[in-house]
Amino acid sequence: MAHQTRLHLDGELVARARRLAVRAGQPVVDLARSRTTVSVERATLRLAGLAGADPDGIPWVNRLVDAVRGDVGIGHGVSLPVFHALAADGHSDLLALAQKAASGAVRFEVPAGAAAVRARELASASVGAGIAAVDARRVERDGLVAEIGDPPQRPWIYLIVATGDIYEDIPQAQAAARAGADVIAVIRSTGQSLLDYVPEGATREGFAGTYATGENFRLMRAALDETSVELGRYIRLTNYASGLCMPEIAALAGLNRLDMMLNDSMYGILFRDINPIRTFVDQRFSRQIHSRAGIIINTGEDNYLTTADAVEAAHTVTVSQLLNEFFAHEAGLPDELLGLGHAFEINPEVPDSFRLELAHALLARELFPDAPLKWMPPTKHMTGDVFRGYLLDGFFNLVGAMTGQGILLVGMMTEAVVTPWLSDRDLALQNVRYVMNACGGLTEDFHPPADGFIATRARVVLGEAIELLERICDDGLLNAIGVGTFGIMKRPADGGRGLDGVEEHQDGYFNPATEILEGRA
Amino acid sequence: MSNPRIVRPYGDTTGDGMVQVSFTLPVAHDKRAEGAAAQLASKMGLDPVMVVHAKQIGTSHTFFVVYGAAKHLVNLDEVQVVERDYPLLTSKEVNDAVKENLGRKLVVVGACIGTDAHTVGIDAICNIKGFAGEKGLEYYRELRVVNLGAQVPVPDLVNRAVDEGADAVLVSQVVTQRDAHLHNTREMSAAFREAFGPQDRPLLIVGGPRFDEMMAGELGVDRIFSRGTTPGDVASYLVHALASDVKEPVG
Repeated sequence: MAHQTRLHLDGELVARARRLAVRAGQPVVDLARSRTTVSVERATLRLAGLAGADPDGIPWVNRLVDAVRGDVGIGHGVSLPVFHALAADGHSDLLALAQKAASGAVRFEVPAGAAAVRARELASASVGAGIAAVDARRVERDGLVAEIGDPPQRPWIYLIVATGDIYEDIPQAQAAARAGADVIAVIRSTGQSLLDYVPEGATREGFAGTYATGENFRLMRAALDETSVELGRYIRLTNYASGLCMPEIAALAGLNRLDMMLNDSMYGILFRDINPIRTFVDQRFSRQIHSRAGIIINTGEDNYLTTADAVEAAHTVTVSQLLNEFFAHEAGLPDELLGLGHAFEINPEVPDSFRLELAHALLARELFPDAPLKWMPPTKHMTGDVFRGYLLDGFFNLVGAMTGQGILLVGMMTEAVVTPWLSDRDLALQNVRYVMNACGGLTEDFHPPADGFIATRARVVLGEAIELLERICDDGLLNAIGVGTFGIMKRPADGGRGLDGVEEHQDGYFNPATEILEGRA
Repeated sequence: MSNPRIVRPYGDTTGDGMVQVSFTLPVAHDKRAEGAAAQLASKMGLDPVMVVHAKQIGTSHTFFVVYGAAKHLVNLDEVQVVERDYPLLTSKEVNDAVKENLGRKLVVVGACIGTDAHTVGIDAICNIKGFAGEKGLEYYRELRVVNLGAQVPVPDLVNRAVDEGADAVLVSQVVTQRDAHLHNTREMSAAFREAFGPQDRPLLIVGGPRFDEMMAGELGVDRIFSRGTTPGDVASYLVHALASDVKEPVG
């Protein structure tokens, strides 16, 4: 590819950076492969068709997994005990079993011999039907995109709605799509990350966002399908597979044909203080489902730059992108589903800040030529001076155009002031359209010289990234996270929320979803 | 008059009163919509009014930019604000004052409480990286800073304040939907009053872009910091309240 050489990067150095990321990440993958979590098991039951919640709003998957865990733990996986009980006692379905289990009327055990074979077959058929539904959603998306069409331009324009009420979000999302958005993200309620269950049903109350629930997903996707037909371009829907319920939300996203999901390897650890081991186990399973569902993941490197300095910490973004790429590949995600993140967060008072932004954005573009990079707007240096903020967003859009970014999150001049007003969104889209119309093809003409400021800066950042990866390989990734290497936050492997929901696999651990997703069934 | 006490907005001539506002009305763009925008501006106290820009958004909204002269006057003598009532110190002066007057490190525990996950405020003040070119509180040799990060439950914050022997507790709140920042702050100050006697309660400080600095008493805290606060402001206040040579009662 022609643009591959735009920064004159040393191919051997790039290959070395990738090898180091594999070396740093592999021990964490090994750790994830030998453990399960309550959320992985609940996601498996969701794929097997168990939905709904008890009268207190506690999902049946939680009630059932808790009941199994109380009797035999989750180290064997819940599938064998659950489907053994289902077969043995002649319960009509998982819901009836969950209801009985919740009242304490079922005693779970890990079956052996012929009973185990039978439970295995039943579980595989049940979960297999869920995965077939995910496959069907993917085929449906491919059909709709072929029929209705993709956006005519790159980058895709990504807009956020967040009212807290799904029935308010829907008309806002449709209006945003009509105004030019290609991707709609429904921001989640603050704090959902830390819930160890997924709320049920359509929700109308949230804080600074709307709860991610299966029903909210379904309602919004159906509304955007109508709008897609009306507009003649397929409008993609985004939500968040992060927090304590990553695997379950990934399953719900696959079953409801979401198109993109925020899914970062370390975001929950660093910014939500979720236990590192819980995160890596949950993340691997959630990414396997995203891969199956054809969902583009969006990683969260932009967040590092909001807490650390965007110049000094530029290489931590590169390191995180390389790690995210390794973890994603390992979970089966191809490059075209890797929306690796980065952001325009350098202090505008820094001399040459725009050239530095160009260098960093182009470095990401060159390192990951086939990934639809997600380019995030300024937030940290948006001061409340909306006029200056509008100019900054214009420069952000210009970097996006010059470096060929795949997904552009539209910056709001009222960032840090209010949740975006109708007029803020309209002005922000005018800003994007002006830049794309004026110089959308500028990437063709933009070839910074090998000895210039931009190429030199990119090489420096790559060099620093390699040094940091070497240190991580020496110390171990979990230790690096523990001492505050990323985003300044120190997160030890035995700290944070959710570690009590992790168990090591026992001999004979069985998860029919994993078997299918890893191609063993 | 070189220092007028009664002022009005300044466009390009003293006393012209010129202001610029923008807003959206839930109507499609036509002559009547522009008339409605002018009438609204006039009711807001602008006279004369110039509707300089009108653009329809979608099918049933129109965005306006309006210029006009404000009829209102402000008497500076009647304006009430919280003036900084303590001297702004350099980091060296802060360290010296703590060493001399406290004779030990001053302990600060910081957190975002409730469901607020936006640590940008507390990090800007606490992290060594700092904000607006000033290093954060972690940079001050004589301060011991424990930043608990995001979404810390109030009881955990109280327990940590006890365990660390906190002299001051710093809480940042960014999310303001449904007045969450006010509810959380009241809950926090009530919990500290319950857990500590009036003499040994740590100094309670909240900050965030949408707080009204006048509300400290009402929210039960010692000080509120609003938009634009730098680590140096906070450090100077800590010295003033806890480590100045003239000991003043707090709260």
